[in-house]
Amino acid sequence: MNLNDILTGKENDKLFLLGNEAAVRGAIEAGVKVAATYPGTPSSEIGNVLHLLAKEAGIYFEFSINEKVAMEVAAAAAASGVRSFTFMKHVGLNVASDSLMSAVYTGVRAGMVILTADDPSMYSSQNEQDTRYYARLANLPLLEASSPQEIKDFMIEAFQISEAFQIPVLVRTTTRISHMRGIVKLGPVEKRPEKGFFQKDPQRFVPVPATARIMHQNLVQKMEKITKIMENSPLNKEYSRDGNVGIISTSSAFNYCLDVVEEDEIPLKMLKLGFSYPFPEKTVLNFLNSVERVIIAEEVDPIMEKEVLAIIGKHGLDIEVNGKLDGSLPLTHEYTPDLVREAIYKILGLKMDSLLIQESDIPLPNRPPTLCPGCPHRASYYAVKKAAEELKLSDVIHPTDIGCYTLGIASPYESADYLLSMGSSIGTSCGFSKATDQPVVSFIGDSTFFHAGIPPLINGVHNKSRFVVVILDNRTTAMTGGQPHPGLPIDGLGDPAPEISIEDLVRASGVSYLQTINPLNIKKAVETFKEALQDQGVAVVIAKQPCVLLKKTQKRGTAHLVVTDDCDDCGECLSTLACPALYQGDGQVEIDPLICRQCNVCVQTCPQDAIKGKKRRANK
Amino acid sequence: MKAYNIYISGVGGQGIITTSVVIGEAAMKAGQEVLLSEIHGMAQRGGGVSTELKIGPSHSSIIAEGTADLLISFEPLEALRALPKISKNTHVVMNTAKILPFNIQGSENPYPPVTDIVEEMKSKSKDVKGLDAVEIAKKAGSILSVNMVMLGAALNVPGFPMDKKRLVESIEANFSEKTVPINIKAFEEGFGKFS
Repeated sequence: MNLNDILTGKENDKLFLLGNEAAVRGAIEAGVKVAATYPGTPSSEIGNVLHLLAKEAGIYFEFSINEKVAMEVAAAAAASGVRSFTFMKHVGLNVASDSLMSAVYTGVRAGMVILTADDPSMYSSQNEQDTRYYARLANLPLLEASSPQEIKDFMIEAFQISEAFQIPVLVRTTTRISHMRGIVKLGPVEKRPEKGFFQKDPQRFVPVPATARIMHQNLVQKMEKITKIMENSPLNKEYSRDGNVGIISTSSAFNYCLDVVEEDEIPLKMLKLGFSYPFPEKTVLNFLNSVERVIIAEEVDPIMEKEVLAIIGKHGLDIEVNGKLDGSLPLTHEYTPDLVREAIYKILGLKMDSLLIQESDIPLPNRPPTLCPGCPHRASYYAVKKAAEELKLSDVIHPTDIGCYTLGIASPYESADYLLSMGSSIGTSCGFSKATDQPVVSFIGDSTFFHAGIPPLINGVHNKSRFVVVILDNRTTAMTGGQPHPGLPIDGLGDPAPEISIEDLVRASGVSYLQTINPLNIKKAVETFKEALQDQGVAVVIAKQPCVLLKKTQKRGTAHLVVTDDCDDCGECLSTLACPALYQGDGQVEIDPLICRQCNVCVQTCPQDAIKGKKRRANK
Repeated sequence: MKAYNIYISGVGGQGIITTSVVIGEAAMKAGQEVLLSEIHGMAQRGGGVSTELKIGPSHSSIIAEGTADLLISFEPLEALRALPKISKNTHVVMNTAKILPFNIQGSENPYPPVTDIVEEMKSKSKDVKGLDAVEIAKKAGSILSVNMVMLGAALNVPGFPMDKKRLVESIEANFSEKTVPINIKAFEEGFGKFS
């Protein structure tokens, strides 16, 4: 498929779209004119596709410095009468939540949709928080999609609700839905003006105590009105209607349940809640009155389950509830088809045909993700370790941050000791430097530094902390797929943009030591880290070298490295670098020329000087 | 009617997602229902990767354990790791060219000999087709076309729910004009291996 089809596809065309691509089509069909994000998996591809298409689609799109700014960009647009879209991973909404809480008070003039992608089972995240709580905390409508088609359709529905009630609307997906690809039937594209006009109305848009009190009352009234209309929403519907046991579910959990009901022909009544907050009390009560027992299937927290228990309590119903709270389903991680099938059979007292699940009789070595061959972070880790070793420093604490460098947790790097959230490497360095006498060397990426690293750096200088910050500047937002950030000369639309210098920002914060190095020059890097470690204040080393995944830095096919006969098989390169290109051959270490990116770190660190560059033959 | 389930496993960077999209789009164009589950993000950095394809009526994109109709494994070790998804009746097409995990040096379990892996797979499935897709891809003109060699080989499996013409059209639609000929060649070589 050509990604341009997402923009140029006509009504009734069918495309095989990833959930995240379907979200882009939804935004285009809804006439969105302003979109903003900070990349985060599982929502990253939405931004990647907008980066390609926004300009031609007549959408202003930016990779904001962080999710809070993205939320604010979208809120201002919607307050000006322009439909806006912001999207982020679940923990990104934590960052944006300060402004979300107020944006719900002020409301919007044109539709504003916030898409948040949860990550049950934490495929790419530090936690599996259930973002549906935000709908309750901030008090805004929540839609939950269960397929790419629904993501697109619910986006359009969400804009209609948002505009009708002048309130932002939250659309929640999960990794399974965002990264599910399915057939999506396209709808018509709504034409809307590109620019709005901000009509001043401080009573409405400036929440100070006097106005905010009124805004909160208005919000509660809005949500009461929404509750009434949503009871009849087609997004909440019954599927199969047999039996006296019911299932209430949503999103991925709904898919698993419906597969069991249809494939195994089990008589179960099913209610799917696509529009799940405000909780549709009447719809659910009606459903509960038709069953004797109800199963609640949702990921990850028992949120709907507690709502159902409240309705049962309020109306004095005699219905047994099976879900997470009685142990029928687990309280952590995403569901699987097998887990859901087994739970349903167990609850119903049905006997399952025992299926032999095969496993390998040969013990399997793991294959964990790792730093890419040629990754400059590997060199930085090596040099920091070497510097500490040469200075005879022990118990060095390595606070780390969100990005590829969390892979530093693995042996032999062991350069990730503490992690909380975006920017926490520097904030926690401030704490470690005060609470212990251990040396502190923290790692943070360039994009993460812009996102949340600047305030804690200033904090450290002002409060006279002592630590080293290594800014791993690989000129991209690497882990999420290579999006630009404010340090690069390109913006979200692909246009040239002012490049903000990390060095200037760091210098302006008043640090006592600052050096920029190429980490692939190991000798210079070790010397620099030694100086930084001896500094008495906040020392910053910017390790600047582009990510190997950036296309223009790819170097394949000109020359490659070989291990010469000088190799005495000491294994130093294998045990200190753990580079995917290096492996134990028959007799000595070898280098896979297809994997090697010629970063030359092994050349510089080999104790026998046994690794050399070699010209490749022209025809290979 | 149950969906036809294809589980594809291998290592990040081998072109597993592209292969899955080629099959999925071909299914869509043939008027079938289809769902695909992909892995993106952290899981891709050289780690084990898998996709799950369901062709036919289904709501979830995840294949229940033991219910894959076809396993296409791009790497021997990752074929073993996929065993919970397959039954005796599952057809297996596997690449015999191995990719060592980066941490194999310190690993408690060594990388098993490939012949042992193939034997183990044969003890768990009635039909195992092994091929060195890397060798074939190189001969076709690019090592990057390993994925199309595997797709071509998989087309020989009895009951594969797609005809060759649809797949070729889908390959043409999913690769740049420049790389289509090499990919078609790799696909044909893989197909010829068992036909």
